[in-house]
Amino acid sequence: MAIIERPSSVGRQRWSLWRAMVWPRREAAPRRTARVPWIPIVIISVIVVMAIFAPLLAPHSPIDQTLRDKLLPPAWMLGGKDKYLLGTDAFGRDILSRLIYGARVSLIVALLALTVGGGVGLAIGIVAGYVGGAVDSILMRLVDAAFTFPAILFALLLAVTMGQGLGTLVIAISLLLWATFARVIRGEVLALRQRDFVALAKVRGCSSLRIMATHILPNVLNTFMVLVTLNIGVVIIAEATLSFLGAGIPPPTPTWGLMISEGRGRIAEAWWVALIPGIAITLLVLSVNLFGDWLRDRLDPRLRQL
Amino acid sequence: MKRFIARRLMQGVVLLFMVATIVFFLGRLTGNPVDLMLPEDATAEDRAQLTQTLGLDGPLSEQFLIFIGKALHGDLGTSIRMKQPAAEAFFDRLPNTLLLIPWALLLGMMLGIPLGVVAALNRGGWLDRAAGTVAVLGVAMPSFWLGVLLIFVFSVELGWLPSSRMGGPQHYILPVITLGTFLVAGFMRITRSAMLEVMESEFVKLARIKGLSETTVIWKHCLRNALIPVLTLWGVFVGNLITGAIVTETVFAWPGIGRLTYEAVIYRDFPLLQAVIILKSILILSINLGVDILYAYVDPRIRLA
Repeated sequence: MAIIERPSSVGRQRWSLWRAMVWPRREAAPRRTARVPWIPIVIISVIVVMAIFAPLLAPHSPIDQTLRDKLLPPAWMLGGKDKYLLGTDAFGRDILSRLIYGARVSLIVALLALTVGGGVGLAIGIVAGYVGGAVDSILMRLVDAAFTFPAILFALLLAVTMGQGLGTLVIAISLLLWATFARVIRGEVLALRQRDFVALAKVRGCSSLRIMATHILPNVLNTFMVLVTLNIGVVIIAEATLSFLGAGIPPPTPTWGLMISEGRGRIAEAWWVALIPGIAITLLVLSVNLFGDWLRDRLDPRLRQL
Repeated sequence: MKRFIARRLMQGVVLLFMVATIVFFLGRLTGNPVDLMLPEDATAEDRAQLTQTLGLDGPLSEQFLIFIGKALHGDLGTSIRMKQPAAEAFFDRLPNTLLLIPWALLLGMMLGIPLGVVAALNRGGWLDRAAGTVAVLGVAMPSFWLGVLLIFVFSVELGWLPSSRMGGPQHYILPVITLGTFLVAGFMRITRSAMLEVMESEFVKLARIKGLSETTVIWKHCLRNALIPVLTLWGVFVGNLITGAIVTETVFAWPGIGRLTYEAVIYRDFPLLQAVIILKSILILSINLGVDILYAYVDPRIRLA
């Protein structure tokens, strides 16, 4: 056994048998220490600042229509005007301003949906993992069901029955999230439950509720934070998709998904209306995911297989 | 094996019942579902008549039984906009979607699996990182935007491919790419991790000790075994494709069940949406069941779990 454990960087393998036994060689390749992802952090910060200070930063109103200036191309193109940096849409609304305000919707929905959906998932995961038994198997059956079943269909149904709006959207997206959270957190709790400090707490006479809240919860918070970060992208895409399908925040509130939806019919004459918001979504989701990967490697490398 | 199938079938039925229940109660959440089921200009007479046919004057439990009973007989209500039984509208459109899905799945596998193998073999190398970048980008791009982008590049600017509706083979290219792209990332990630796991196992070490060529070890020993977990995800992926089709078919005006779902949403056609959701659930559950049975057949360990 000792041979296998020997680091393969020591003495390059000479015989094929030896080579076979120390396989896989690449395992020993020096693991890159994850660098701080500065570019994603900068992109995320810019978008967050944009969202918070939208009224100060936006050069125009995101809603007021100036029909005289409709479908103007971005300023650097022929026919573009300097006052509309990224051009205007079919109603003469400034794309840049709508983009800035649209960031608000994406981020607010992400914040609320992750709080609600993530929170419910966290609670279910802790209870299922700690209490175990029948409670666990029923809850996990529900989780399995949620995984087989596409939540987006329910989201559409909710939008039709309850009407469009922030509340509906948050509930719909939470439905999409809770199962992932519950499954991962439960796995963590199953391991934690075996630990000595839980046994000690029990001996001291702590109630189950107290153990879950004060002993288990703080120990799964790292995992929870990683899950939250890794799911921001999921939420942003889901919000944009629902908006695109006419089940998001109703117009005229600018959202990135709605902007793409409004622009796609005029893609031949005015590509910027539909393509620019998509670039914003892709950039934000990409940054958030790269940041999430880094955070996971820092805080909880065991979650790698996710 | 029979017991396994029976158990999964039972689970499927329970799940379907849950879906129907949720759909039923959501329809009643906002008060009178008749408002959701009739056009806005319906007369009081129409309302009264529908109320009676649906048994809405009875208690909720009775209404629920009527709803389930009708559903079991294949009566899922009538579409407001198309004035046609909703189930019929669904089955009219279903073939068009089924023409799209296998190609997208094929695209996902043809690109995703080799990429995953290459990434696993070059773990930590630049090829691995390049494949990883493809995967991350594939996940970050909303597919509806990708569709619009493809239309802009290949239909508007280059004029090579048609941008909408069904037709000859060239009509399939853009929708299939749009629908299949996110699968590429999915297949790649799973193949990569499955390959890495198999490559560490004892029998692969043995194969190497026996002196088999690297090609034989990788393709015959590793990939074959790594494909088992990849296959299980078929069920999930087909489910994803069925929902992904909503967006893709909307972008490309493809007359399938995805587009039908979108129309049901924007025209607020509640009976149609209700029927679409129930029928899609049946579709997704049966595909999952099929994949599970196939998987249990390929890998007997599953049957015991």
